[in-house]
Amino acid sequence: MATQHSRSAARLMMAPAVILLLGWMLVPLTMTLWFSFRRYLPLRGGDQGWVGFDNYVRFVSSSSFWPAVQTTLIIVGGVLVITVVFGILLALLLDQPMWGQGVVRILVIAPFFVMPTVSALVWKNIFMDPVNGLFAHLWKFFGATPVEWLSQASVQSIIMIVSWQWLPFATLILLTAVQSLDGEQLEASEMDGAKPLQRFGYIILPHLARAITIVVLIQTIFLLSIFAEIFVTTGGAFGTKTLSYLIFQRVLESQNIGLGSAGGIYAVILANIVAIFLMRIVGKNLDA
Amino acid sequence: MGQITLEKVSKTFGDVEVIPPLDLTIEDGEFAVFVGPSGCGKSTLLRLIAGLEDVTSGKMIIDGSEATTVPPAKRGLAMVFQSYALYPHMSVRKNIAFPMKMAGIDPAEQETRIEQAAAALNLTDYLDRKPGQLSGGQRQRVAIGRAIVREPAAFLFDEPLSNLDAALRVGMRMEIGELHKKLATTMIYVTHDQVEAMTMADKIVVLRAGVIEQVGSPLELYRTPRNVFVAGFIGSPTMNLIEGPEAAKHGAHTIGVRPEHIDVTEGEGTWSGVVGVAEHLGSDTFFHIHQTGLAETITVRAPGEVSFKHGDTIHMTPRPDLIHKFDAKGLRIE
Repeated sequence: MATQHSRSAARLMMAPAVILLLGWMLVPLTMTLWFSFRRYLPLRGGDQGWVGFDNYVRFVSSSSFWPAVQTTLIIVGGVLVITVVFGILLALLLDQPMWGQGVVRILVIAPFFVMPTVSALVWKNIFMDPVNGLFAHLWKFFGATPVEWLSQASVQSIIMIVSWQWLPFATLILLTAVQSLDGEQLEASEMDGAKPLQRFGYIILPHLARAITIVVLIQTIFLLSIFAEIFVTTGGAFGTKTLSYLIFQRVLESQNIGLGSAGGIYAVILANIVAIFLMRIVGKNLDA
Repeated sequence: MGQITLEKVSKTFGDVEVIPPLDLTIEDGEFAVFVGPSGCGKSTLLRLIAGLEDVTSGKMIIDGSEATTVPPAKRGLAMVFQSYALYPHMSVRKNIAFPMKMAGIDPAEQETRIEQAAAALNLTDYLDRKPGQLSGGQRQRVAIGRAIVREPAAFLFDEPLSNLDAALRVGMRMEIGELHKKLATTMIYVTHDQVEAMTMADKIVVLRAGVIEQVGSPLELYRTPRNVFVAGFIGSPTMNLIEGPEAAKHGAHTIGVRPEHIDVTEGEGTWSGVVGVAEHLGSDTFFHIHQTGLAETITVRAPGEVSFKHGDTIHMTPRPDLIHKFDAKGLRIE
């Protein structure tokens, strides 16, 4: 009785939050869906009625669609590989007892607190500037011609910037996983004759599998929508136009809300495909 | 084969000397138990032998050759940890195979040894399960299986039964004992439970603060404890230790009488007191007796049918030839 009663009371009390969250999600999604089927050019005649799947066909048949998908996947994949690999190495390093461990750990986390716009600008102007950047000076010091990072190696530069931002996140999660490894397991494997690399491969890495999947999953969700880093560095030029950047251009630069909304729906579908794919891997890893 | 000798081995962590220089020999095929209260350095001693800790000074000889600086894997020892330390992502089969895989043993040979170990430990049906799907006792057996297949010179056990429930502990105690008889390999077993030490050991090493208090067979320790510490540690319920005038009568600083060496009567006796708690175990009854003028409590072990109640006056007579005498330093007087 009491439980039944409190359960319905709980439902009642949760209702405002649930309704708010549902509205938060459903209203923009429905509006995007609505606009994606309309010809809507704010500066060239406004809402001009239904066009069916016209926007969808135009978005996909545009010459910049497939390159944008490709760029998105390259950036996401590149950042994931770099953050996971270096995240594991850093986590193992930070797990070693050393002087000033607390301070070092905070320093490692620091990049995560810097806003994407700010960090991209810092990289662009202080490190990658071909005339006054630190890299340019370094190159000149060794007598080499400075690299024009953002035009000659634009995608790589963006991967570097975004990796720098997300490495702390990966390191932090992997560090907690490394710390949760039972020391006796490592000692047992040592007595069983496993050498350091074998201990890493057979004991530490399998133990980290779960944390790695979580890092990959969470980062993918956020990396699919990176925008500020591209906007303030290349502005979508030199092959750095991702799907989200393409949508931005369609809506704001071409002033075509219908076309941009159709792109948004494609992005939702792409994100879901990736999510389902990842959930299956995660599900398999979390079962163990 | 598996003789282990420690010569002047010591261990310090920073400024703290955990184990002062110590000599000890464990003979081939012997079942040696290190026993002592928490923090007495028994686990550290085991880890020194395993090679998981480096000795600060002294020499260690395993199997006739110097092993002081030999890495753990090369010492030919297998260890069973308190937490079992099974690899959770590997099946039982892979767990047992792991040390052989690391040693590069031929797969067919690996399979034979796994089958043998599984049969010996009743694990055949569980070989393809993960450790998470096993009970505590089964995990314990997997850990032992992983040790057996290496065919080590000696087995090291670090409080292996402390995570099991009481009934299972008695069962596993027997199994480990039988395993020792069957394999006839040296075993070193660390525990804080003197019952485990008494029931399993060929040789008990009693440790206190890193110092060996006494080494001997279970009955030697029971019959002739070298000092008050060993007297109080070995035997259950613990020995009654009496100081003061009663001890002086026997020409000692302290006398010790085991609860089972005191006869109780309703009438005349050497000592008398009032029954506090009576613990009826069926076969035996333990009386905790107060107001004796000897010590806070005197514990007496009587046959099960003797029945005194709380508050009854009781008379006790110690068996004179079984009184242990100790001097002011706590050492035994013969």
